[in-house]
Amino acid sequence: MSQTAILSVEDLRVRFQTEDGSVQAVSGVSFDVRRGEVLAIVGESGCGKSVTAMSLMGLTRGPNAEITGRATLDGTELIGAGDTELQRIRGNTMAMVFQDPMSSMNPVYKVGDQIVEQIQAHRDVSDADAQEQAVELLDAVGIPGAAERVESFPHEFSGGMRQRAMIAMGLSTEPDLLIADEPTTALDVTIQAQIMRLLRRLNEERGLSTILITHDLGVVADIADRVLVMYAGEIVESGTLDQIFYDPQHPYTWGLLGSVMRLDRPRSERLAQIKGQPPSLLRPPEGCKFRPRCPHAFEKCVQHPVLEARGGDPAHLDRCWLDAERKRAVRTTATGEIGLEAA
Amino acid sequence: MARFVVRRLFSMLLVLFAVSVLTFLIFNVIPNGDPAVRMAGKQPNEEQIEAIRKEWGFDENIVVQYGTTMEKLFTGDMISYFTQLDVVDEIIKGIPRTLSLAVGAAIIWMAFGVGLGLYTAMRAGKVSDTFLTVLALIGISMPVFWIGALMNHYLGFELGIFPNGGYVEFTENPADWFYHLILPWTALSILFIGVYSRVLRSNVLDTINEDYVRTARAKGLSERRVLIKHVLRNSLIPVVTLWGLDFAVVIGGGAILTETVFNLQGVGQYAADAIGQLDVPPILAVTMFGAFFVVVVNAFVDIAYAALDPRIRLESGSSAA
Repeated sequence: MSQTAILSVEDLRVRFQTEDGSVQAVSGVSFDVRRGEVLAIVGESGCGKSVTAMSLMGLTRGPNAEITGRATLDGTELIGAGDTELQRIRGNTMAMVFQDPMSSMNPVYKVGDQIVEQIQAHRDVSDADAQEQAVELLDAVGIPGAAERVESFPHEFSGGMRQRAMIAMGLSTEPDLLIADEPTTALDVTIQAQIMRLLRRLNEERGLSTILITHDLGVVADIADRVLVMYAGEIVESGTLDQIFYDPQHPYTWGLLGSVMRLDRPRSERLAQIKGQPPSLLRPPEGCKFRPRCPHAFEKCVQHPVLEARGGDPAHLDRCWLDAERKRAVRTTATGEIGLEAA
Repeated sequence: MARFVVRRLFSMLLVLFAVSVLTFLIFNVIPNGDPAVRMAGKQPNEEQIEAIRKEWGFDENIVVQYGTTMEKLFTGDMISYFTQLDVVDEIIKGIPRTLSLAVGAAIIWMAFGVGLGLYTAMRAGKVSDTFLTVLALIGISMPVFWIGALMNHYLGFELGIFPNGGYVEFTENPADWFYHLILPWTALSILFIGVYSRVLRSNVLDTINEDYVRTARAKGLSERRVLIKHVLRNSLIPVVTLWGLDFAVVIGGGAILTETVFNLQGVGQYAADAIGQLDVPPILAVTMFGAFFVVVVNAFVDIAYAALDPRIRLESGSSAA
């Protein structure tokens, strides 16, 4: 894995005007995606992870959205890009796979034609050649009988097949970056594993850089190289997979890890949860945004902590005022187990 | 496909039968419905009325009467009670006129309805959208006999820009044919343009939030292509059904008011005249004619529907009515 960044995001802020007021969906997110890595963005629903990804693709643009900051993909600025330039980039050097494969394909066009449409939007190839490429792509993502199935309509595909087809579509222009927004949320567990294995394989075989957005830490553990934890529109912790899973610094990360159901541990009375609700982004709390839900909050937490290396490793960043020793002491609820609160 | 055609033919016969029975019954039971009394003139005596009854078979059992009436309709022997003219001939005479009105108007209202609907959807919430929405509602609210009469009076009679009603055969003079139809087409289309633009606008606004439209954008397609290929195509599906039905109704003589106001002498005006006199044979024949078109066009709409939306299969028996 090379260390050069394919995508560099700096201080991305997204604000939407709604009937109830203005919502700061993303407030100052900065991160890099390195060439060939899988970067996972995790967090609860509404934490801003999808909005971050969609803003990179220019899909949140609109009269009610205010998007600032910088995002550079291979030297090209995305946030400030004009519509025509953005059209040239998306679906071409940067592709996205969405959450619900059932509704993400147009029901009235054949699967093959939808892939061909994307190829021809960016490449000057004949219908026959594009069709042939579509067959190869469907075959590459593991659709049996791809030569016949290009002629199928989306409703003739199962959910897993549709998601494979969506991935094939994403890969059709050999993008540098693939953004997968909860690609397995709508699928059965067995299909989830297949799709994840497919993404990992494509990442390894094609050197495809991937942003994987999910709330499923099991998925993250399977395929991610690095992890960003988002809460209330900002990154609260970022580090390598091992750092996040074995030495998590932020109480919110502890909470997420603690609420994962694990079959290798004795069954507890009930599944651990993080008390309370994520804050309303209409009126986010002062200081640390996790403070209202955090059992370890103290006086200092009324100040907003910056994202910085606090535990020693310069690549492991977090936004918690507790000192590293204290964190290691309070996060443990049982031997080898991490949770938000002592059991 | 073969099964679809057979099923459609069968249901068509059933509909036509039901329509004929109902129409026949209605005009037999309404007050003042006895045709013999009205045919006999201003001051008839009993014998005259009785003679007419015998001659026209009004004294027969109603089932027999229905049978002979239908037989006459299909053998082309049906004549009007009052004009004594052959009903089928009169309808055939009206068909080119009604067809000219229907085809032209249907093209106009579909084109303008879709254009306006798409435009207002794109500008949803803006001043131009609000303005056009109000305009569409005004269009929907203006009765055709009123707007048609106004057009005829001011543009035709007072200013003389357009002919004051009437019809010229296409084969006689195509330019004059077109010239005579401009006002009727416009008057008839105004209401439909209002309705269609409203329906399309709301369909477009629903479709534009679909996930697959987001996918289309994410593919890097131009906004124009996203709109035409992915939004409009899917928004048009329900409008096509509506269009087929409205078109069939107009062909079947449903544009009674437009035809009468502009004196087009089409099937609709023929029906209007017949209703005024409670002249049952023409009423029955026009009703059957109209029902026939509604059913036939409906079948075509179903076929078009299946072509537009591959999820619909004609064979499965789930076709829309």
